[in-house]
Amino acid sequence: MFGFLLHRLSVLVPIFIGVTLVAFSFIRVLPGDPVETLAGERGLSPERHAELLTHLGLDKPVWEQYLIYVGNILQGDFGRSFITNKPVLTEFLELFPATVELAFCAMVFAIVVGLPAGLVAATRRGTIFDQTLMGISLTGYSMPIFWWGLLLIIFFSNTLGWTPVSGRISFLYDVPRVTGFLLIDSLLGDEKGAFLSALRHLILPSVVLGTIPLAIIARQTRSAMLEVLGEDYIRTAKAKGLSPTRIIGVHALRNAMITVVTVIGLQGGALLGGAILTETIFSWPGIGKWMIFSVSSRDYFVVQSGLLLIALCIMTVNLLIDLLYGVINPRILHQR
Amino acid sequence: MSDTAIKPEERLNGKRESVFLHELREFWFYFSESRLAVVGLVFIGLVVVMALFAPWIAPHDPSEQYRQFAEIPPFWSEGGSASFPLGTDYAGRDMLSRIIYGSRLSLIAGCIVVIVSLIAGIALGLVAGYFRGIVETAIMRVMDTILSVPALLMALVLVAILGPGLENAMIAIAVTYMPYFVRLTRASAISEAAKDYVVASKVAGAGTLRLMFIAILPNCMAPLIVQATMSFSNAILDVAALGFLGMGAQPPRPEWGTLIAENRDLILSAPWTVTFPGLAILLTVLAINLMGDGMRDALDPKMKRS
Repeated sequence: MFGFLLHRLSVLVPIFIGVTLVAFSFIRVLPGDPVETLAGERGLSPERHAELLTHLGLDKPVWEQYLIYVGNILQGDFGRSFITNKPVLTEFLELFPATVELAFCAMVFAIVVGLPAGLVAATRRGTIFDQTLMGISLTGYSMPIFWWGLLLIIFFSNTLGWTPVSGRISFLYDVPRVTGFLLIDSLLGDEKGAFLSALRHLILPSVVLGTIPLAIIARQTRSAMLEVLGEDYIRTAKAKGLSPTRIIGVHALRNAMITVVTVIGLQGGALLGGAILTETIFSWPGIGKWMIFSVSSRDYFVVQSGLLLIALCIMTVNLLIDLLYGVINPRILHQR
Repeated sequence: MSDTAIKPEERLNGKRESVFLHELREFWFYFSESRLAVVGLVFIGLVVVMALFAPWIAPHDPSEQYRQFAEIPPFWSEGGSASFPLGTDYAGRDMLSRIIYGSRLSLIAGCIVVIVSLIAGIALGLVAGYFRGIVETAIMRVMDTILSVPALLMALVLVAILGPGLENAMIAIAVTYMPYFVRLTRASAISEAAKDYVVASKVAGAGTLRLMFIAILPNCMAPLIVQATMSFSNAILDVAALGFLGMGAQPPRPEWGTLIAENRDLILSAPWTVTFPGLAILLTVLAINLMGDGMRDALDPKMKRS
């Protein structure tokens, strides 16, 4: 297990270097003078320009600038936002729980609906039921989620009035921040309706963000199950006279899960990408909305470091998934 | 005897053509087994016709503002008018015409993204798979880096550098799709390069480029074609997403995602201005995916035998 972990980590190192290079180059390839870009000021006097050049370290050779940059990152210094003047890392950590909460609920929704749908479709292969389910899932896979979110708002928030249109919680509640996850914080607090309010705000965004992962999980579960159901050991299990429930639930599902877990893990990055759109539609105060706001307001330090931090999160999640994969499928631990 | 003898090259060409036709026929046989795939193909055909003949099909000019007819609902609802079948937007522009013209932008954007990422991906993948060593490591690490950031975020950052606009959005999205083509090409190139026919061709004196493009590449094409189809539908979605975020096509260009963004404030008062462009995206993407599924089944030899 330890060797496996080391092996996985060694793969991550070049990617980390690659991502820091991308983030480092980002500010330097922007059109215009890098000093003006970094200082966020226009029409600098020559003295001020020279002063800033030294202050920002841009007078040093590029490789030295890069080493300083990586050194700062390793010490947790990701620069400051032009707009709020807060450290980027602080802003990131403030907003991150909101996105994690949303992504987690979206994933729960996708798994809870997608996995059984794929299982049922596989066991009834070729029936109308199977075809309908797969048709729906392909539609979900083809969905422009920003439009889907607007449709759900029109229907559930406007026509039926069931769910709120935007935000994380009603303005009536002031939940003290403990973990940053409102579902947990609202339970820790003493206000009665806070938890329900937070939950109601989560429903539509989770459904929207979970739609594409749901479709992918349903399709992959179905095809993984179909493959496993054709294996010899399933025939053996049938020949032994085991009940269909036991064959599917124990023998087939466990082996099909290997594929499914990988697919679920791979959705981590896609979820963060989807979060950009979902958070924009629902004014969800998370990382995605923060990034799009920073790009459009040219807050380049935030874009630069946000990119890096998001990549680091995804790398960590992928590493965890790899380890989980090793637990489910011990064979992988012995392969290189 | 010499009059009737066929030159060897001609015979080879003739045979090669019939093999191609045979393969095409076989492909169609398996492809047409899936009715949904054919439905998808027909629908895409219609969208292509719509895009090609937009000026003749669209009832109005897409940017003509009929101010006195602003926010007219579709023809079947109350207050609708037959001259604006899908209603009008806040400035009185005909939604149907805008969507028809928008199909041009979406289809072309999708095509360009796929072609650019396919060509770049094949070139890099072949180089990586054929030369191996340090070149391969360098190329693959760059691709891993691109993949380590969500595609939409990577595209956003690239657009921040290049500046918003449809053309830049296409370049940005093409870059994020490239790694998939590189990986596929490299993997098949490595397995093909070890096969006897490549060795034989090398022994016969074929040059590097000939080996790469004429011997190896054609045998890597099947997975690339499937991936290209899937990327085409994703490209349309991502171009629309960037348009929606204000980073892709800029108004008044009637790109589908941009249409949704510019009418977003009207979702309650004039929902049709948002629903129809989205429906256009959904149906087009769905049709391409149906087609892609059919193609994958037809091209995958494992599926054929079962």
